[in-house]
Amino acid sequence: MSAQHIAARRPGFMERERLQGFLDVFRLLGYRTLGPVVEEETIQWREVDTIDALPTGVHARQGAGEYHLEVQSDNRLFAWNHGPQAIKPLLFSAEETLWHERLMADGQVDIKQTLPEVKPTAIFGVRACDLAALALQDRHFLSQQNPDPHYRIRREALFLIGVDCAFSAATCFCTSTGDGPSLGEGFDIGMAELDDGYLAWGGSAKGGEIIDGLSLEPATEAQLNSMIQETDRAAAQQHRFLPGETELKQLYDKLNHGHWDEVGERCLSCGNCTAVCPTCFCYSTGYQRTLDGRSAEMKRQWDSCFSQTHSSMGQFMLRRETALRYRQWLTHKLAGWQEQFGRSGCVGCGRCITWCPVGIDLTQAVAALLDGGLADV
Amino acid sequence: MFDPHLPHSAVIDRRVQESPGIFSLRLQYVDTHVQDIFEFQPGQFNMLSLFGVGEVPISIVSDPDDSHFFDHTIRVAGRVTEALSRLQPDDRVGIRGPFGRGWPMAQAEGQDVVVVTGGLGCAPLVSVIRYLLRRRDRFGDIHILQGVKHEDDLIWRRQYETWSREHGVNVQLAADMPGKAWPWQQGLVTELINTLDLNLEKTISMLCGPELMMLAAIAQLRDMGLSDQQIWLSMERNMQCGFGQCGCCQVGPKFVCKDGPVFCYSEVADFLGAKGF
Repeated sequence: MSAQHIAARRPGFMERERLQGFLDVFRLLGYRTLGPVVEEETIQWREVDTIDALPTGVHARQGAGEYHLEVQSDNRLFAWNHGPQAIKPLLFSAEETLWHERLMADGQVDIKQTLPEVKPTAIFGVRACDLAALALQDRHFLSQQNPDPHYRIRREALFLIGVDCAFSAATCFCTSTGDGPSLGEGFDIGMAELDDGYLAWGGSAKGGEIIDGLSLEPATEAQLNSMIQETDRAAAQQHRFLPGETELKQLYDKLNHGHWDEVGERCLSCGNCTAVCPTCFCYSTGYQRTLDGRSAEMKRQWDSCFSQTHSSMGQFMLRRETALRYRQWLTHKLAGWQEQFGRSGCVGCGRCITWCPVGIDLTQAVAALLDGGLADV
Repeated sequence: MFDPHLPHSAVIDRRVQESPGIFSLRLQYVDTHVQDIFEFQPGQFNMLSLFGVGEVPISIVSDPDDSHFFDHTIRVAGRVTEALSRLQPDDRVGIRGPFGRGWPMAQAEGQDVVVVTGGLGCAPLVSVIRYLLRRRDRFGDIHILQGVKHEDDLIWRRQYETWSREHGVNVQLAADMPGKAWPWQQGLVTELINTLDLNLEKTISMLCGPELMMLAAIAQLRDMGLSDQQIWLSMERNMQCGFGQCGCCQVGPKFVCKDGPVFCYSEVADFLGAKGF
C-alpha cells in the first residue's frame, strides 16, 4: 500500500462494539443490509440485521477445485476471502424477465416492459477484487450506447462497504492484476479490520457523510501501521500470478498451441468458471409461455461460452470441441477484453480455479501457453 | 428510460414468397411515431420476435428513404424463421432495432462498387444494390457477382436480369451445378472476380455469403491489388441482444452485432476462417 494511498484514506477508528450501531445506521436510513453469512458451507451474501450473523473467525481455505471453511480463534469477521459469488448476481440477475407479452382477443399483442423493483441495498464486506469486477461490469452494462435498464436500477440502489483483505486464499492473485488486496476505488465506505476494531473512511460523498456522522477518532499511527501490515500479509500470501497485459495479448498468437487440447481433455465444459467469474457477462434469451398460450415472457439467463448453444447458429455450432470453448473463454477474458474495455477481464479473485470441479488453473494455463513453464504454486 | 430489450409491435403489410424457402415481409410499426423516427442504413438489422416462439436477427433489405415501411427477406433456417414463414398480412411481429454498423455507403460514393455474394440470396447486399441503383449518378461502375451451388438456388432471377440492363452495371452469375438453360457461367463466384478489370484507385468491394467463399474472394481481390481497406464484408453469428451485451456473437475482440455485422476486412482478418471464432 503506497503512502499516497494511506494518506488519501484518513480513516477513523471504530471500536468493535460499535459495529452493530454502524449496521443499524443503514437500516435506519432505509437500506436492506446484506453481509457475508455461512450457508451451504460457503460464504454467501444474505440479509443481516445483527453482526452476530457474520462469520466469526471463519477463514476460507481454497485450492484448485477445493473450498473449505475453517474456524480459527482470531474472532475476525472478515477473515474469509470470498464465497462463490461476487456482487454480480445482485446486479446482473442469473435469470430475469425482459418483457411480457399478452395475446389480445383481436389478435394484437400487448408488449409490456418489466423492470425490477428494488430496495436500497447496503452490502457489508465487499472485496477489492469484487469492486474491480463491478467497475468492469458497470462499463459493460452501463457505458454502452444502449445501457441496460435492469442493471442500472439495481446498481443505483447499491451502497458498498468494502473491507481490505487481511488474508489471501491460495487461489488469490489480485496483486498481479493490480486489483487488491487493499481497496482501490468504487466503494462508498472503506474499512480495514484490526484485532480490536475497524478503521473506516468515506469513498464517496454519501459514504463520507455517514462516516462524518459517526464522529470517529482519527486513526493513530500504530493503527495505520496495522492496517498496512494486514494487507501486506495478504499480499505476501499470494503465490499465483498472471503476467502483464502486454504479454496476455500474445494469447491470440497461440491459437494453435497444443496446450488447448490438453486443457480440453480435462475440462468438463460445465460452465462453473463463467458462473462464478465476477466479470463474465454472456447471456441468452428465450420465451417462456404460460400454459394457456395467452401470454409469454421473454427471459434472459446467464449463458456461458462453454455451453453448446453459445456458438450455435441454427444447426451449425462454431465451437463443438471443448478445447475451442476453453480457448474462447481464456483469450477473450485476458486478451479480447483489453481491446473492448481497456484492460484484462480478470481481477485475480481465483474463483474459476476454486470452483472448477477438475481444478483447472488459468494461471497455469497461461504460463504453459506463453511458454513460461508452470506458475510457481 | 430507453429499453433496448423492448420490442415494438409491427404489422405485416405484404408477404412475398421469393422461392420455396425464402420469403419477404413488408412491415410497418403499429405506433406511427415509432415508424416516423425509424431510420437505418443498408446492412443494419432488426431483431424480429414472434409471440411466444423466439427472436432472430434479420437484415433490412428496403431502402432507407422509404419511410412508411421496411422490408425483411428471410430464409427458413430454423424453428423461429419457420414460424415467421407462416405469417400473413395483418399478423404482428415484435421489432427491436435497427442495430449494428451498415455498409460504408459514404466511402463508396464516386467509386466503382464490386458486390460479391454467394449462397442462397444474400439479402444484406441486395439492399446495397438497390441503394446504388436508386442513386446511380453518385457511384461509378457496379459489378454484381453472384455464385450459387445449383441454378435453382438463385432467387430474384428476374431482378438480376433487370439490373444487367442498367447502364454501367455488370451482372455475372455462376452456378456450380447449372442446368441446361443456365445462360451464365458454370463454376465458382471467385472465377467471376478474375474477369474484372478493376480500377484500383477507385474501387470498393462488398462481400456477403459463406465465410469460405468470402475468404476465397478476398484472396483473389487482394491478388488483383485491392487493399484491405477496400474490402468489406458482412458476418453472421449467434445474436441474442443485438447491441453488444449478450456476448454470444463475439469474434475475437469484436462484437459482430455492434462493431459489425459489416466489417472492413482489416478489422477481422486475424479471425476470419480461424476455427472456433
